[in-house]
Amino acid sequence: MNVFDIIGPIMIGPSSSHTAGAVRLGRVANKVLHNEKPVSAVIELSGSFAHTYKGHGTDRALLAGIMGYHSYSEEIRDALKIADQRGLHYEFIPTDIPGAHPNTARMHVTGDQGGSCVVEGASIGGGNIRVDYINGMRVDFTGERNTILVMHYDKPGLIAAVTNLMAEKYRDVNIGNFRLSRPVKGGEAVMTIEIDGMPPKGMIEDIKGIRDVTNAILIRAI
Amino acid sequence: MLKYKSIEELVAEAEKTGQKISTLVLADQAEQMELSEEEIYSRMEESFDVMCEAVRRGQDKNQRSTSGLTGGEGYKMMHYSQETGGGLSGSFMTMAMSRALAVAGYNASMGRIVATPTAGSCGIMPGCLVSLYEDKKIPKREIIMSMFTAAAFGMVIADRACIAGAQGGCQAECGSASGMVAASMVELSGGTPRQCADACAIAIANQLGLVCDPVAGLVEIPCIKRNVSGVMIAFSAADMALSGILSEIPVDECIDSMGEVGRSLPSALRETALGGLAITPTGIKLKEMVFGKES
Repeated sequence: MNVFDIIGPIMIGPSSSHTAGAVRLGRVANKVLHNEKPVSAVIELSGSFAHTYKGHGTDRALLAGIMGYHSYSEEIRDALKIADQRGLHYEFIPTDIPGAHPNTARMHVTGDQGGSCVVEGASIGGGNIRVDYINGMRVDFTGERNTILVMHYDKPGLIAAVTNLMAEKYRDVNIGNFRLSRPVKGGEAVMTIEIDGMPPKGMIEDIKGIRDVTNAILIRAI
Repeated sequence: MLKYKSIEELVAEAEKTGQKISTLVLADQAEQMELSEEEIYSRMEESFDVMCEAVRRGQDKNQRSTSGLTGGEGYKMMHYSQETGGGLSGSFMTMAMSRALAVAGYNASMGRIVATPTAGSCGIMPGCLVSLYEDKKIPKREIIMSMFTAAAFGMVIADRACIAGAQGGCQAECGSASGMVAASMVELSGGTPRQCADACAIAIANQLGLVCDPVAGLVEIPCIKRNVSGVMIAFSAADMALSGILSEIPVDECIDSMGEVGRSLPSALRETALGGLAITPTGIKLKEMVFGKES
């Protein structure tokens, strides 16, 4: 904790959990979609999100995040209009995700080049989030630290290839948490790597260059 | 390095070194975040600038909340203050009220604010510090430095008790904000570190037990007006401490007590909108106006 956790963040109101956290959840989907422009967003809202999303602007906040805005962007207020102008079709579906945190959203987002992703996560208070699933794979990170997601095929030696690259070429990087999710042996998998400090320039691009890695993205800490 | 586990630690360190708490905190934070003091200061300055802008925008006559339940309070109070030469509480205090209303209202209309320590209590620090800056002409640099004292006190509160309404009720949000800024204002007025601690203790003690019962679950009713109460309590606590009145209960014990009271509050009174003003007949009617009868 530091002074800016107490005086801060600078954010668009009205609620750190229903607005600022929601923007950050949307931003995760934006990042996972990579460089594609989102053209469709079907957003399932569970728990408190399902009941109160209009009054808190949670709908605008999630959409703003999906379009790449930050939790301090003035555009959040006009996010529905901006989405219409950009040709982003959206739909909000109140639902009940059993066992989920009360502020949970599951976002199905499609890009203009045919890519798509499903991101499920919760806004857990004070603008903090917890991302639970990406494309159905359990990830479980909070975004308190800078987090690198590496999407890849489940092949022997791949974890070593990624961590060796980090250890040898980028010696100052310290891994604070590591998780691998692999629903099916040999299938699609994701590494969740939380690091202390900022990743050095070029590291994410280098990880992407590793064989059998399909994508690597950085989710910046608050 | 400072631990931020007790306010007594901060006071003792300031007394030992003869420095202001804010000076110690700025140096410590620069070290902990591996940034220069100037960089840390600039970030705090940016927060103060956002507060000043939120005051200005929130005092607009046409300010309305996203839900439509509230709007224009900052303007009304400013207008009243000017028309009546300060109403009952005097020009300085009524303008401080207007600023708190403006920022809390601006938050409800999806404006840009600084969560201090949360969005629900975002009007209290600007209500106090922007008033000292604009109406008492205290130099900006001193104001921004004093925010480090407030933030350090807030870190202790977050560690020993809590700062979220969902955990501790409104006392954890508005109570913490008042205690933090009361300490800032004592430091700005030349008070001792010990008096900063006493002001914080008095402000927290005077909001002990305040529940979080937002109508329709929105950060509007009663939150916006509670920011004004928070400002008044912060000023009175700071003045009491500066006059030499002591808090008989030490500040760390007041904070622990706030945490304990928060834990014993039923969940209905901790931001769930299932108790207090939220479930009055009018509270329920207002909720139905915004969200319809189904929810």
